[in-house]
Amino acid sequence: MHIVVCIKQVPDSREIRIDPKTNTLIRQGVPSIVNFYDKHGLEEALRIKDELGARVTVITMGPPPAEKALKECISLGADEGVLVTDRAFAGADTLATSYVLAKAIRKAEETWGSVDIVFCGKQTLDGDTGQVGPGIACRLDLEQLTYVGKVRKVDPQARRITVERHLEDGIEVVETSMPVLVTALKELNKIRRASLPGMIRAARYKPVVWTTADFPDLDRSQIGLKGSPTIVGKTWVPEVRKVDGERITGDTPQQIAEQLVERLWSGDLSTRLGWN
Amino acid sequence: MAEQEQQTVGQKEKEPDWSEYRGVMIVVEQRYGKAKAVSWQLLGKGRELADKLETKLYALVIGHEVEHLAKEAGYYGADEVYLCDAPELKDYRTRPYSRVCLKVIHQVKPEIVLFGATGTGRDLAGAIATHLPTGLTADTTELDVEPPPSRLLLASRPAFSEKMMATILCKRYRPQMATARAGVFQALPRDESREVPIIRVENEMKEEEIAARVLEFISETGKVNLEEAEIIVAGGRGLGGPEAFGMLKELADALGGVVGASRAAVDAGWISHDHQVGQTGHTVRPKLYFAIGISGAVQHTVGMSNSEVIVAINKDENAPIFHIAHYGIVGDLFKIVPAITEAVKKKRGLPFGPELTTTGGNRA
Repeated sequence: MHIVVCIKQVPDSREIRIDPKTNTLIRQGVPSIVNFYDKHGLEEALRIKDELGARVTVITMGPPPAEKALKECISLGADEGVLVTDRAFAGADTLATSYVLAKAIRKAEETWGSVDIVFCGKQTLDGDTGQVGPGIACRLDLEQLTYVGKVRKVDPQARRITVERHLEDGIEVVETSMPVLVTALKELNKIRRASLPGMIRAARYKPVVWTTADFPDLDRSQIGLKGSPTIVGKTWVPEVRKVDGERITGDTPQQIAEQLVERLWSGDLSTRLGWN
Repeated sequence: MAEQEQQTVGQKEKEPDWSEYRGVMIVVEQRYGKAKAVSWQLLGKGRELADKLETKLYALVIGHEVEHLAKEAGYYGADEVYLCDAPELKDYRTRPYSRVCLKVIHQVKPEIVLFGATGTGRDLAGAIATHLPTGLTADTTELDVEPPPSRLLLASRPAFSEKMMATILCKRYRPQMATARAGVFQALPRDESREVPIIRVENEMKEEEIAARVLEFISETGKVNLEEAEIIVAGGRGLGGPEAFGMLKELADALGGVVGASRAAVDAGWISHDHQVGQTGHTVRPKLYFAIGISGAVQHTVGMSNSEVIVAINKDENAPIFHIAHYGIVGDLFKIVPAITEAVKKKRGLPFGPELTTTGGNRA
């Protein structure tokens, strides 16, 4: 089997702060990490590799420093890491990103054999859209299983896969055919630590680099900023409306509680809530 | 004129003429014939957008034995409802559902198509946007339109862990598409006098052409439904551990509400993620919200500040949560919360459980 994992190096958005004077993002000093949903996708690919045997190719589109993210994946056990990089790819939204990643997956198939499963994270920490996975599936005409919290069964002979999709109101068990694109939740698995041989291999590993020149049939109108239908208009820091309501005080917790209850029952709120 | 403006965006090619794309379409989501609340909320918002654009509001209902939902869509504000009802569409599956959506979009040519930002809505919208192709904005919390002639959808969403808001535009493609969060927009009052035309659409795919099979759906009925809750009692870091959520649950039960949590409490592993309000959690607008031991970081408040009445309990009198609270109580939550539970039970004539005092005493 050949499994492709799409990953993205992202700024750790939890570390991003807003400059209170300019209302802009302070990106300086924010560490870059591998989007952790993608790492759960990688982990699942490696588990399938351990159990059934598979070649695992990791692909990322990004600037040259994203090489580091690929090396991290190699240290965990991926066979190859591909950096798809070119200035012409910059400014891509989800539509243009899925176009380039789909091209790269096709090229990976030509290089290392046809692909059975593509893993993506359910979404990235910086973009938060969850749209690239379905975009790739659509472009490559793959079956699509999003928000997967468990892979129940992979049957390479029958070319079927059974997963659990975690949705708002429950868990849906779905079976479909391969090739398939799966997007990973963090419930999918527990990410392993890199082994020493893995780390040694990663230290020496030079990722495969593909640029626009490596994709002779690339449609320039579909990549980068130009190939992106969506643009960012204005940005702002959300202002939360200030109420600065009434402070309720009292000598005892009981007094405070009774006063609060009195307030809550004073208007029509209690009627509308159906309180007796 | 709109087309002329668009040419100045820097495109060399002549812009396509989008004038035949008119109307706002809401894709209704359902399971087992029951619609998701977000669908009616989107019809409420869609009505407003369509009125501003002086155009029609369409609903698209897909499923099996879902004709009643087509009628409901009319009651909630749609002018016309497209209905695709077939046994193959009983369960949501990406391929057959997206084929129906694409067919209706090609036929009706709406200028805006909106979906709930649920697992299913995002799965479907992502596939359709790539097929068309067009721009898609995920997880929006504010939707507006520029009046004619521009007719541009202003789709705004939180970015960078909810620290910023960004408006996303799609100028060069139609339809403009977005998924929108549940609990943010308000449904119109259900109006049974609204009987609207229902247009039937043929299903496109036969069962043997569909690879995916839904083997089972394990419904999590015990799962909290924050978006639809009218009363939420939420706890944060100030609770100090998982035990205190039991105390919150008692208050929630006395009020008839559900328990929510801040990200800090969820990250600490005190309560499961489905309780989380704000920052990659839920956006809620209940009638009554208790913020207990929650300091009120913006990541949390953007997810709940539209609650009708907010009660904050915190030991730090300078906690930012008090700025958005209608009633603020400074003090020890472990003493105050059980006292409120007791007072609520007394007011409502509910029986007093002996667990009240023990829970209160656990932490003291």
